[in-house]
Amino acid sequence: MRWFLDNWTDIRGLAWRHLWLSIVPVVLGFVLAVPIGYVAHRWRLGGSALVSIASVVYTIPSLPLLVILPSLLGTTFLDPTNVIVVLTIYAVAVMVRSAADGFGSVSEAVVDAARASGYSAWQRAVQVELPLAGPVLLAGVRVVSVSTVSLATISPLIGVSNLGSLFTDGFQRSFATEIVIGIVCVVVLALLLDLLWVLLGRVAMPWLSVRGAR
Amino acid sequence: MIEYRSVAKTFPGGAEAVRDFSLVLPSRTTTVLVGSSGCGKTTLLRMVNRMVDPSRGQVLIDDVDVATRNPVELRRSIGYVMQHAGLLPHRTVVDNVATPLRLGGVARREARTRALEALERVGLDPVLARRYPTQLSGGQQQRVGVARGLVADPNILLMDEPFGAVDPIVRAELQHELVRLQHDLGKTIVFVTHDIEEAFLLGDQVVILKKGGEVAQVGSPAEILASPADDFVRSFVGLDRGRRTLRIEEVDGRQVVVDADGRATGVLA
Repeated sequence: MRWFLDNWTDIRGLAWRHLWLSIVPVVLGFVLAVPIGYVAHRWRLGGSALVSIASVVYTIPSLPLLVILPSLLGTTFLDPTNVIVVLTIYAVAVMVRSAADGFGSVSEAVVDAARASGYSAWQRAVQVELPLAGPVLLAGVRVVSVSTVSLATISPLIGVSNLGSLFTDGFQRSFATEIVIGIVCVVVLALLLDLLWVLLGRVAMPWLSVRGAR
Repeated sequence: MIEYRSVAKTFPGGAEAVRDFSLVLPSRTTTVLVGSSGCGKTTLLRMVNRMVDPSRGQVLIDDVDVATRNPVELRRSIGYVMQHAGLLPHRTVVDNVATPLRLGGVARREARTRALEALERVGLDPVLARRYPTQLSGGQQQRVGVARGLVADPNILLMDEPFGAVDPIVRAELQHELVRLQHDLGKTIVFVTHDIEEAFLLGDQVVILKKGGEVAQVGSPAEILASPADDFVRSFVGLDRGRRTLRIEEVDGRQVVVDADGRATGVLA
């Protein structure tokens, strides 16, 4: 605890960096996965293949990917962009499935009613199917958010510091306290971020929390 | 006026819903398509706003083939009320009703105002306007569905078993409400049901359908009762069970109408 207080300023800096390195991939992953998931849901033949491909991407080991990426992107080796891109790739890989499931969870009768009311295909997707897929999409975001916060801890290995630095540093100095505090900080950060998504979900989907719903 | 010209529909996979159907539906009247499930009545209804395109033949509205119209534009010009109301669960009641107006490009404020008027017209408390559909009873949801169908003041209103999922008392209420509305508004209504009582109550023209959209008989309720085309119709409308075979008995100097079993159903005025 003492060590924690003594190093509070440093840890806070690392936590902010960690938060930043996690939120950007989750948001980017969401933005990319939703249209892919929608296509997978609508496109009967190729849909399940698309979801499978996304899942396979998730099995690519992260370290080699982090090492190859700078040469593919033309970024420098220590650029945080590398970490963000890798984490985004994993976020998309996981979220495509939940997006496809989310769109699949929307009642056909409601989609049919929207069509009969004169929604165009595009309006229907954005104004009807997307919000109604919301609960499942939110569940997907929460899973990805937690796993991204945890996965981000590898970034100090390629020179991008964040809360994971507490692990590498503690390990090199054989200083267990630092590692334990690192773990606690990562867990707390993951929980806070999760809370953020839940609150955003409440605001974005008011119809789910109405009183007297039958 | 809506006209079906030798319309047929075979769905992908080979199911033949309608074989060869022709009919004229006069403007400002209610035509009820009635039949058991699988008679193609919903398929026929959905051809009017191109939710289903016929495999053969044409559907015309005021002599224009609907196949030449843009489906989205066409649907916006036609009211549609479906079973279970088909409301959007993530929109409030007033927003649901305003949907056809908003899609037609009406400004938000004006759409709201007109939606509230429509809710009033179908007898809904304005307090409900801010609620979500799940907070309403089945009957209330169905009224919202009717309000949504009418809000843009379309000439044509398509109703697909709109009162099928509510209890009998509410159903009777909604049916009478529709009769009143139709008396005031004079829409061209196409109404689908499997309930012959509902068909006779609401229909100016009643179309009794057999399997595959085959017409058993077309006529006003009175014409169908007076001269049923065949045994199928006789049985479908209940003429074979005595319920509709009424006679008059003299009781205490008044003429009482009784059915074949002698149960009183009313008095002559």
